[in-house]
Amino acid sequence: MQDELKKRACELLADGTVNRVLGWSAGDFFYDITPTVFESAEDINKNFVYNDFCGANLSKYLIAESQKEGKIAVFLKPCDTYSFNQLMTEHRLKRENIYAVGIPCDGKVSAETLHDAGIHGILAVKKDGDDLVCDTVYGEKRMAFDVAQDERCRSCKSRKHVVYDELIGEEGEVLDSHRFDEVEKLEAMTPEERFNFWQGELSRCIRCNACRNVCPACNCELCVFDNPKSGVFSKAASNDFEDANFHIIRAFHVAGRCTDCGECSRVCPEHIPLHLLNRKFIKDIDTLYGDYQAGEKEGQMSPLSAFTEDRDAEPSIVQKGGIR
Amino acid sequence: MQMTNDNETWEPKIIAFCCNWCSYSGADLAGTNRLNYPANVKIIRVPCSCRINPMFILRAFQRGADGVIICGCHPGDCHYMTGNYHTRRRMTLLFSMLDYLGIEKERTRVEWVSAAEGQRFVDVMNDFVGQITKLGRCRRLEDLRCRTN
Repeated sequence: MQDELKKRACELLADGTVNRVLGWSAGDFFYDITPTVFESAEDINKNFVYNDFCGANLSKYLIAESQKEGKIAVFLKPCDTYSFNQLMTEHRLKRENIYAVGIPCDGKVSAETLHDAGIHGILAVKKDGDDLVCDTVYGEKRMAFDVAQDERCRSCKSRKHVVYDELIGEEGEVLDSHRFDEVEKLEAMTPEERFNFWQGELSRCIRCNACRNVCPACNCELCVFDNPKSGVFSKAASNDFEDANFHIIRAFHVAGRCTDCGECSRVCPEHIPLHLLNRKFIKDIDTLYGDYQAGEKEGQMSPLSAFTEDRDAEPSIVQKGGIR
Repeated sequence: MQMTNDNETWEPKIIAFCCNWCSYSGADLAGTNRLNYPANVKIIRVPCSCRINPMFILRAFQRGADGVIICGCHPGDCHYMTGNYHTRRRMTLLFSMLDYLGIEKERTRVEWVSAAEGQRFVDVMNDFVGQITKLGRCRRLEDLRCRTN
């Protein structure tokens, strides 16, 4: 797959369709992946990578890149295309400056999962049936791919590209992924258990703002959390209130616009399951205002901008233990 | 020992966000009619119930509020035509999220009170203050550094 993408990227540069290509390159280690803009075929052949660790969603980088001169080619995995559509809906992208290439994805792995499982010194990985085979300096290690892949990929919502100019590989399908199972598990707990669960998770937050910076939905020019007068400006959480405040507001600001790409949880250095907050909003919106998938179609009206006069539930529908 | 004293003297603090056009006038009407409602309720006037940012509510809890109630015009009667329809959706989702994080649901409420419903305003406030008094001090979103008593 990597060679195919490299070849196509070079072709696009050579025939003048685009003058830059947005893809991934590796850092010190091959699993240490960074989004990168390539400007020459030489650069692409040397540095471009596409492997099981390329989880980064490239859509958000297009906000800045599409404002520059000339067209840029971008490789989008299925979940990235949802973010792309959502950004189009919000008029954040200059579509005429973008050439979107849809690429297939069968689940991504993060190096941290492998490290946590005791697999260190990884030199190469390959898939062998249902297993992920890691070639390490300590010999060959195996791990079930289902366990190794990111949580967001395990409960992947869709393998279908909702927008592209060109598709490499085959069109996938929208999946029924049981992605609300974890949310339901939490909902079934008592308020005390839930509070303790979230306090345990959120108190690890170091306020690095990585979740905000990576989120394609968090694309305000000036964020409420960058305001020194807000009282929550870059402050490491020091009590229950600050733990919860940042995360409630962050999740609320993307409610109805979050496409559930799972980047927030992927980049969290403290492994806080932030996607569970977003999914709660998605689940509630689905329950109360009808099924809605942000980014499915360009130009969709967000459920939080819309309303119905007579059919909307009253806030009193929220009883002890959530929406009944 | 400190705790017992604390409980004996404790009085709930309630923040009521009232829309300028309906509920605030409703509260005014209650006053001119000499109807009684608890002094624990501190009213903050907002131009419309949809002016309320979720941060206002969290901020109130941070600074020691034990309950937050939002009062707006009845759906369909908004001075700005659609404001309270937005409030309705937003607050439903926010309250559900607070519940999901384990913060007692009973501490937040939305009520629709019109400018003519002075008696209803009083009934709602009495009921809400009673409910919060039963629940006790809000500790889960309180910032101890903000505590003054």
